[in-house]
Amino acid sequence: MSRASWYRIVLLAAFLAVLELCCRLGLIDRSAVIPPTEMIAGARDALSVAATRHGILLTLESVFASIVLSVTAGIATGLALHRLPRVHRALDPFLASYYAVPTFIFYPVFIVLFGLNRWPLVAIGFVFSVVAVVINTLDGLSRVPRALVRTALALRLSRAQTIIYVTFPAAMPWLLTGVKLAIAYSFIGVIAGEFVLSNEGLGHIIAFAYNSFENPTMYGLILVLFVIVGGINMAIWSQERRIYERRGGR
Amino acid sequence: MSGAADVKSLPSPRLKRRGGFGDKLDVAIVILCALALWQFGALTIGSDVLSSPALALKKLYTVVTDPDFAGHLWETGRAFGTALVLALFGGLILGILLGIHRFSGEVAEPILSALYAIPKVTLYPVILLLFGLGISAKIAFGVIHGIIPVTLFTMNAVRNIRSVYFRTARSLRLTFPQLVWTIVLPATLPEIVSGFRLGFALTLLGTLIGEMFASQRGIGYMLIKAMETNDVDMLMALSVLLTVFATVASAGLLYLDRRLHAPS
Repeated sequence: MSRASWYRIVLLAAFLAVLELCCRLGLIDRSAVIPPTEMIAGARDALSVAATRHGILLTLESVFASIVLSVTAGIATGLALHRLPRVHRALDPFLASYYAVPTFIFYPVFIVLFGLNRWPLVAIGFVFSVVAVVINTLDGLSRVPRALVRTALALRLSRAQTIIYVTFPAAMPWLLTGVKLAIAYSFIGVIAGEFVLSNEGLGHIIAFAYNSFENPTMYGLILVLFVIVGGINMAIWSQERRIYERRGGR
Repeated sequence: MSGAADVKSLPSPRLKRRGGFGDKLDVAIVILCALALWQFGALTIGSDVLSSPALALKKLYTVVTDPDFAGHLWETGRAFGTALVLALFGGLILGILLGIHRFSGEVAEPILSALYAIPKVTLYPVILLLFGLGISAKIAFGVIHGIIPVTLFTMNAVRNIRSVYFRTARSLRLTFPQLVWTIVLPATLPEIVSGFRLGFALTLLGTLIGEMFASQRGIGYMLIKAMETNDVDMLMALSVLLTVFATVASAGLLYLDRRLHAPS
């Protein structure tokens, strides 16, 4: 493991230790934040309930559906827009300001469209994450070195071959950033939707625990969520490093 | 974030700025297409679910002329303004420090991107318990959404400054503030503006989400009330208002961005 990783672990451990100490000494009100050890105990207790595990599974399912949909649709849209530079330029300011509109306010509309099931939540995750994939795909495509494109032309590759053998590998770091954001935003969208409006899933369970003052359950489940999202993020991050190293370092 | 900046990159030649009338026409066409799509959607699924553009605009007019509206707007504006200043400058300072001191940047980057990825809505109970109901909770919500992207953008930009600049600074014996002011800021200005664009949008989103949960006033509160009472006209009117505001601000920053990125 690298020196930076060790520092990171020490830093996180120190943060947890300080938090634990502050809570135990009463510097932080216990009704606000509970010590990390109690959060872990709360997570264990919460996970032993079958209904909670079922809720987490439901959330993960919806998030997964949203990721798959937004990555495929986002990359396809990015490829199409790249071929239509005029449309791309006209859309640019809208793409950038897209994230200022809280998309989950359209939940009622989605419920009417898809019915009272998990699909409205998938739709929220999708509309929240697809634009990030489009933006990053476009970014990556515009940075494919022109020499590579000309080589593909010289070798008379078909359009599909060019995309598979030249464009995608060359734009890979940006495509991966898009995938990473799709994962993050799908989680945010689905859980925010559950938080506000659903009656099942991880987001709902956390909101319910908050409303009934069950701090150990609430913090325990927030911790579970952070571990899931953080774990996925770290896994992609190390994969990304490997790609960068193969390309001759960052 | 947008890593791998040292993979040799060339902007696509086809995407050269043309500027002028043609661009404005294209943007107008995009807006018209969006309105047409919206109208079509309203007609197919019924205006009690998705109100038509005309209805939403009429509602927007009544909302904006309502005497209560100024109070809501002021409340949101105050929270958003404070959060924006804190997020942009906090992110800028953090990003510059982490970018110059490479090792701490390396330690912090995965932590920051993990923090960026977690659904911050779930932190709302914690923020409320720490800050209480009111404006400080809203500001905190805006800041935690906006500060991380600005930090990551700035840090990556500072890292990519050519090392000869830093060596020059050392041989000129610049002090740290001089180094930041005369070398780091000018060299990274375009990327900083790109980061500000994202930070602006996300801070607005964070402030609105904060208001939805932690407030009895402001645009976010109006949104959640409209959502609870299923007031579709109001929802669409407020969405139009927010979209226009965010798009105008973003277009302004984009203009600045293109000016700065353009080779001089």
